[in-house]
Amino acid sequence: MTIATPRVGVITFPGSLDDRDALRAVETMGGEGVDLWHADHDLRGVDAVVLPGGFSYGDYLRCGAIAGHAPILDEVRSFADRGGPVLGICNGFQILCEAGLLPGALIRNASLRFICVDVFLRVETSQTTITSELVPGEVVEIPVKHGEGQYVATTEQLRRIEDEGLVVFRYADARGEVTERANPNGSLDNIAGVRSTAGNVVGLMPHPEHAVDPDVGPTGGQPLIASLLGSALAGASA
Amino acid sequence: MRYRFEVLVTLKPGLADPQGKAVEASLPAIGFANVTDVHVGRHVGLDVEATSEPEARAQVEEIARRLLSNPVIEDFRVLEPAETDAGS
Repeated sequence: MTIATPRVGVITFPGSLDDRDALRAVETMGGEGVDLWHADHDLRGVDAVVLPGGFSYGDYLRCGAIAGHAPILDEVRSFADRGGPVLGICNGFQILCEAGLLPGALIRNASLRFICVDVFLRVETSQTTITSELVPGEVVEIPVKHGEGQYVATTEQLRRIEDEGLVVFRYADARGEVTERANPNGSLDNIAGVRSTAGNVVGLMPHPEHAVDPDVGPTGGQPLIASLLGSALAGASA
Repeated sequence: MRYRFEVLVTLKPGLADPQGKAVEASLPAIGFANVTDVHVGRHVGLDVEATSEPEARAQVEEIARRLLSNPVIEDFRVLEPAETDAGS
């Protein structure tokens, strides 16, 4: 009997930076990374899709706005509608918000400064494709690096997000306390990541793909990527 | 006919506007301690070829809604157009 290897597609947009790291993280954790191209109407039969970090289209207009209309987003939308796991990291999160696949928006950090630092995230739910191997309350250490990561939403959206438990991660201290001091960018309610109602689409500003190799820093990204691979495999065999 | 449109995109009231805040905070340094509520938005100019002004305006409204602004965080306003090639 052979054990299936989950195939995870990583979309490269013009200006993507972290597509290589995302592919490498997938392969480090035992998956098969598949290159996807923004201008194709083709997901190449992958079991999960990652929209990586970077500065798609130079982030002109608004972060992720132009990529949110890229041809491949049609396929990402149908894949998500069918329950396929979709993960947006940093610029990928901004793209999913711009495309309307996730609620809310990301604006300039409250400090007006680009930040690049390791942060602690408190896991708020296991009901997503990237937290299925974690338990609520658990803390993971993962880097952020962004200038526009302040999560905002309309009052009605925020109420729905909190009522339906759509927050996946909050910025916290090492003990899991959600404090103002632990909030690196001014995000509403310390929100670092959110999910779709069904839980198969997730976006977050921190970079799990940069946190899988103990040689280069914290490894808090491992359980997230492992969860994604597990979800991909479950979808592939379903 | 070609029509010149201008679209103003502004952050919704009540949303954090760090750019506006930064400008506001710097004003006392150049001698204006009496200015508050500073906001920074985006101005987009565009020429539209269309058979009538209402047709052109409808297109600009759609462009502003679907691409130039994000309804979660921004409002937009389409300013009165000007014909740019009256002579042609």
